Amino acid sequence: MLVYEKNAVSELVSDLTEKYGKKRSSLLPILQEIQQRYNYISDFAQQEVARMLDIHPVEVYGVISFYAFLYDKPRGRNIVRLCKTIICDLAGTKAIADAVKRELGIEFGDTTKDGRVTLEYANCIGMCDHSPAMLVNDHVFTGLDPETACKILREIK
Amino acid sequence: MNTQTELRSPMSQRPHIISKAKDRTGIGANVGIEVNGEKLSVPMGKTILEICRENNVHIPTLCYHEDLCIAGNCRMCVVEVEGMKTLQAACAFPVTGPVKIRTFSNKVRKARKHILDLLLSEHYGECYSCVRNNNCELQSLAKEYGVDGYEFGHVCESRFEIDKTSHAVVRDMDKCILCRRCVRTCIDLQEVGVLEAIYRGYDTMIGTFMDKPLADVICINCGQCINRCPTGALHANDPSDDIWKAIEDPSKHVVIQTAPSPRAAIGEEFGLPPGTSMTGQLNTAIRRMGFDRVFDTNFSADLTIMEEGTELLNRLKSAIVDKDKSVMLPQFTSCSPGWVKFIEHFYPEHLNYLSSAKSPQQMFGAVIKTFYAKEQNIDPKDIVTVAVMPCAAKKFECNRPEMNSSGYKDVDYGLTTRELAKMIRETGLVLPELPKSNFDEPFGEASGAGLIFGATGGVMEAALRTVYELVTGRQVPFKNLNIEACRGMEGIKQASVKLENCVEQFSFLEGVELKFMVAHGTANAKTVMEMLLKGELSDFHFIEIMGCPGGCIGGGGQPIPTSELIRKLRAKAIYDEEASLPVRKSHENPRIKYIYEKFLTDGPCGKLSHKLLHTHYQKRGKFIS
Ligand code: SF4
Ligand code: SF4
Ligand code: SF4
Ligand code: FES
Repeated sequence: MLVYEKNAVSELVSDLTEKYGKKRSSLLPILQEIQQRYNYISDFAQQEVARMLDIHPVEVYGVISFYAFLYDKPRGRNIVRLCKTIICDLAGTKAIADAVKRELGIEFGDTTKDGRVTLEYANCIGMCDHSPAMLVNDHVFTGLDPETACKILREIK
Repeated sequence: MNTQTELRSPMSQRPHIISKAKDRTGIGANVGIEVNGEKLSVPMGKTILEICRENNVHIPTLCYHEDLCIAGNCRMCVVEVEGMKTLQAACAFPVTGPVKIRTFSNKVRKARKHILDLLLSEHYGECYSCVRNNNCELQSLAKEYGVDGYEFGHVCESRFEIDKTSHAVVRDMDKCILCRRCVRTCIDLQEVGVLEAIYRGYDTMIGTFMDKPLADVICINCGQCINRCPTGALHANDPSDDIWKAIEDPSKHVVIQTAPSPRAAIGEEFGLPPGTSMTGQLNTAIRRMGFDRVFDTNFSADLTIMEEGTELLNRLKSAIVDKDKSVMLPQFTSCSPGWVKFIEHFYPEHLNYLSSAKSPQQMFGAVIKTFYAKEQNIDPKDIVTVAVMPCAAKKFECNRPEMNSSGYKDVDYGLTTRELAKMIRETGLVLPELPKSNFDEPFGEASGAGLIFGATGGVMEAALRTVYELVTGRQVPFKNLNIEACRGMEGIKQASVKLENCVEQFSFLEGVELKFMVAHGTANAKTVMEMLLKGELSDFHFIEIMGCPGGCIGGGGQPIPTSELIRKLRAKAIYDEEASLPVRKSHENPRIKYIYEKFLTDGPCGKLSHKLLHTHYQKRGKFIS
């Protein structure tokens, strides 16, 4: 990482610490905002957060590795998360999964070469009554079938 | 004094503290309860576990450790509390009213057995090939609860690679039961924060920052996590095979030095109660094992006092007489390698406060491969030096690249108390039954001052005895030379002594109130450093810091288990033995006089001393790349 990039991260973390307060419970909102800005939370950013909250880097990493929606590595510009829990599964997740894999040419857990999409499974997103469901970034799409799913994927930038 | 830690640790991780009763209804007032039908009157606010332990009712535990805060995550300690739907964790249940408790009902025993079966279903490892065989809390509970099969299955494949990257600590996560005692040790007791639970659910493991190998993150190698791990998941990096090889090799002259703390604790490995001193027996055992010479690290502890004490006087002179602003006071001790690495990482800008004197282990290594080699006419390349230490960090210290001032690796192997005990067991020798014998010449005598290095405050006490006498020409003004202010298990101790009627050479110190401070465990060291940064220590002169709680007697290489009581008993063994020694001040040790006459002829902190006995430190910083 270049020096000025590091400085920018430090500045952001320090602003966020000010905004949310220097306490342990500020950790999650701070991490979320860093991720929003940088798309992931680099090891440098993690250590800066630890330094400013006066906790240990491994505690920050423990939280990031616990939450599926926090990332310590760069990922695609868009994240597609297909619900893998049992209700969606009964409603046909498998067919959708096969279709989107073919559409994007990648496996679950991977990112397309152009960095456009990262494909993942998610645990229950609370849309069982409209299953099968999928999250694209912050938007929920429900009652999917393979064609609609692929159509949605084609439309995201 | 512990504001720093209190700020940092979350509510759930703070120790349970019972305040005094204000009246007969508040916390701390007595309340009548029933344990297994027996009526007891107990102070309100105590946990069920504490009450049961005090009344000899056994409750099994795994995540509970008396040095640490309560976690309540293993549920091994569940008991039945009348009126409650579910079983309650005894370690985390403070009594607040008249309750009825059953500690071994069918429901309780079944639950505990299930918990064990579940733990074992993920426990990959075989007891007979495990360092903790016969001293493992999981294993003994399996016996206690008659585990006779794997009710919920058993993993038959290793899930984790063993992390052997560190010089000191080996991590075998297949044997981890996720009790998080190591996490609480490293964060709360040591304030280093290497370990934490990472990932989630079935994948949860105890890991480091970004799951890096231990050698790549900031670990001070103190080994405190090893001492508190209930299983074989954490253990020290054992060099005993190499040492056996060297002993068998006729071309090698194998020399061993034994630190003061192992002898006060090694008896525990042979079934003796804590606090049984084994000095003489240990010497015999070591000789019979085939070591060529056995020396006493207390000798080089005396040497350390001469060097460190002189350095302190030099600093005082520069500061008071020459008004030199670049001289740093207070001077911090540097004999604990865990503490040294701690300050290198966390306060790299303040390394100038550290004494440049090496630790006794490293001083001895350098002296053995120079002075001793020459006197005995042995080529230093054929000498193998082993150091028996209570410490895991010594393994890292002897591998520091700068520790080769003799032209060779000054100390070849750091061996812990536990590992030496294992080597003795392999020979079939029964340590407690051996006759006593003395250390070998030319370092056959050491002072009591060197011996008390083993307990927290010991270095300070030893240094004061010498410094005070050098400056005033009189003994320290304390009864029987015992400086009680330095002793005891309080986290941070401070005191002072006035220097009056000084001898001419030190007249500049006339009337100075020599202020000193003693801290142990790096969480306390952190508090001291924060005080220093705030300028609160500007009138202090000398500060002793030991990386491990209790000092070396509580070191990361000492017999397991550990608790404050055990550490106190070990310290008592050292102080008792010390009181009976003929020489109790470092500068009066005849062997020390001899070495300054014959070898280090330009005196303490002279040129040769600087080459062999002093070192420099690295600004490591805390960034993990
Ligand atoms: S950790 Fe304990 S139970 Fe596991 S293999 Fe070692 S001795 Fe046996
Ligand atoms: S050796 Fe000390 S610093 Fe390293 S992980 Fe263990 S407790 Fe933490
Ligand atoms: S490594 Fe040992 S102390 Fe740490 S969680 Fe695992 S079993 Fe417990
Ligand atoms: S000992 Fe009580 S929950 Fe672990």
